[in-house]
Amino acid sequence: MKKILATQLKKRLTGVISLTLVAGLLLTGCGAAQTSQPAATTSSGNTSGNTIKVGILHSLSGTMAISEVSVKDAEMMAIDEINAAGGVLGKKIEPVVEDGASDWPTFAEKAKKLLQQDKVATVFGCWTSASRKAVLPVFEENNGLLWYPVQYEGMESSPNIFYTGAAPNQQIVPAVEWLFKNKGKKFFLLGSDYVFPRTANKIIKAQLKDLGGEVVDEEYTPLGFTDYSTIINKIKATKPDVVFNTLNGDSNVAFFKQLKDAGITSKDLTTLSVSVAEEEVRGIGAANMAGQLVSWNYYQTTDTPENKEFVKKYQAKYGADRVTDDPIEAGYDAVYLWAAAVKKAGSTDVDKVRQAAKGIEFQAPEGQVKIEGENQHLWKTVRIGEVAADGSIKEIWSTGKAVKPDPYLKSYPWAKGLSN
Amino acid sequence: MGTYLLQIFNGISVSSILILAALGLAITFGLMKIINMAHGEFIMIGAYVTYLMQNQFLHLPKSLFGLYFILAIPASFIVSGLVGFVLERTVIRHLYNRPLDSLLATWGVSLVLQQLARNIFGAPNVDVKSPAWLDGGLVLSQGLQLPYKRLFIIVLVIVCLLSMFLLLYKSKTGRRIRAVMQNREMAESMGINTRRVDAYTFAIGSGFAGIAGCALTLLGSIGSTLGTNYIVDTFMVVVLGGVGTLVGTAAGGLLIGTANTTLEFLTNASLGKVLVFILIITLLQWRPNGLFNISSRSLDD
Repeated sequence: MKKILATQLKKRLTGVISLTLVAGLLLTGCGAAQTSQPAATTSSGNTSGNTIKVGILHSLSGTMAISEVSVKDAEMMAIDEINAAGGVLGKKIEPVVEDGASDWPTFAEKAKKLLQQDKVATVFGCWTSASRKAVLPVFEENNGLLWYPVQYEGMESSPNIFYTGAAPNQQIVPAVEWLFKNKGKKFFLLGSDYVFPRTANKIIKAQLKDLGGEVVDEEYTPLGFTDYSTIINKIKATKPDVVFNTLNGDSNVAFFKQLKDAGITSKDLTTLSVSVAEEEVRGIGAANMAGQLVSWNYYQTTDTPENKEFVKKYQAKYGADRVTDDPIEAGYDAVYLWAAAVKKAGSTDVDKVRQAAKGIEFQAPEGQVKIEGENQHLWKTVRIGEVAADGSIKEIWSTGKAVKPDPYLKSYPWAKGLSN
Repeated sequence: MGTYLLQIFNGISVSSILILAALGLAITFGLMKIINMAHGEFIMIGAYVTYLMQNQFLHLPKSLFGLYFILAIPASFIVSGLVGFVLERTVIRHLYNRPLDSLLATWGVSLVLQQLARNIFGAPNVDVKSPAWLDGGLVLSQGLQLPYKRLFIIVLVIVCLLSMFLLLYKSKTGRRIRAVMQNREMAESMGINTRRVDAYTFAIGSGFAGIAGCALTLLGSIGSTLGTNYIVDTFMVVVLGGVGTLVGTAAGGLLIGTANTTLEFLTNASLGKVLVFILIITLLQWRPNGLFNISSRSLDD
């Protein structure tokens, strides 16, 4: 009797669980169907032989979806534009969208699927350094090609990756120099506890030592950390001139909200963030961040004709309330740069594209960018911006011209010994 | 001196936030023994309700804007409570006394709710502007300012704890709830509709999580993953305090909160967290049932 009851219950339970799972699948399915609509419209009417498949690999669910969904949107837009203009080599580009789900092993698995099963010509994707490090061996083994759109900590240059975000010398190093000259010598380093902030702070410490600055404290908080009252108290106690902020994700919201509540505004203390762009400012609340500084290569307000066009198209496609920011723009550029390289190579073969990509220039929304053949990073203009009360970012300083990428900081004597 | 005073206040404030986040779990996990992994998502629902309430008030005259937050508190309680009620009726009901199954099923539910939030509100975080009357803080001396938001949360926690105490220990409903949770068969034979009691108990627990979500909009991010940031901490509070007691939850929250801020101040955030974990494990070695535990028949088996 008892056994029968147990099996009955078990059956019911399996029913319940599978129901929940099915519901989950349905929901994620709906999400994917919604977001991949543009893809469906462009690929319809084309037979598969007339298309070039490319992979898009971002976190569309999980904690990183906050940032990566918008980058995926920009990449899809670039693909649509190129297709509308006739595609590449007479063929339309057909995106294959995969969800890395904010989980690094999933990224590796999906990368393998894209390269081996779908046989894509190239992949646009990743955001966190952890996800890039996870897929890197997959791309190297299968001789694939990844276009990585986010600023990062440097110290890497794989022949199978093109880096369209900033290397440290195009974001962090000039920002530290500018702060040191204009804001003061005492730095408080605050970051999330993982590879990017720790490597970035190692660079900053070496640079400050060379400049004659001082690090009053260095603090790391776990990802997803929510209470900054103690850290803010430490900032008050150590009285720095500048807080250099490498926090990532939700923690930024908590930090800036609580900083303002503690009665500290941009008038009392300068903070400069390298992982807070327009998209993040919206979530933090412009009022909580007004007057604070950021360092990037592109802002929505960047004054170029290409950018006006880009912002207009992006908002027309995804809604007037959407904003563009640096990684979104870098993702968009990546697609155009790849297409230009394929055109030049006359083929989608990875080795040929890699050769052809060297020195390719593109009039991007951020201004002219160029692929540096030596390390497959981009020449980019560095811009320091100030958050305005309406959440937009105003450029207050820029290098004025594109800076050569130097991921290993070889041209800086103080950086000797950092790269190993 | 100011630094230390502020640090003591921070300890109390972090404790109050932990207690608030754990209150709902004290009912769903503490009383009902459901390992409710979806607890964080009820917090998230409360936060999004606050966001929607704010958006409604944006159309009204500016002078009324400050009121939205007062209305958002009961609204988030009701909406989270309703979702909790539906969840209990459809899923949890089948899983009583099966902790592992309830863990898996509620975890699935939490993923579903997160994706649902992402589909409705979009993946990026949303911004909730706090009402003007909560901006700024109580200035005690130069450099020593106690934010009104944190003071408000402390008061809110006290009110919530009191009303939960009155509900559970001084009302007829509460007596029924405790009767069912302590000895289901006996309560049933006394004529109590235990299924109904289960449903509204779970709804009340979820509702309190909603209030926590509403309050948390003042301090942190509002996005689909809001709940996941709190889920581990809230379980620790309930387990350390002693499953099934309200006093235990309050004490657990206070201990973890002050230990967290103190150790973080003395070392750093990551190491502080490790030390807090070690502290909790040691305490549970000494008192496996938590700081406060009640002996009841249901806990014997």
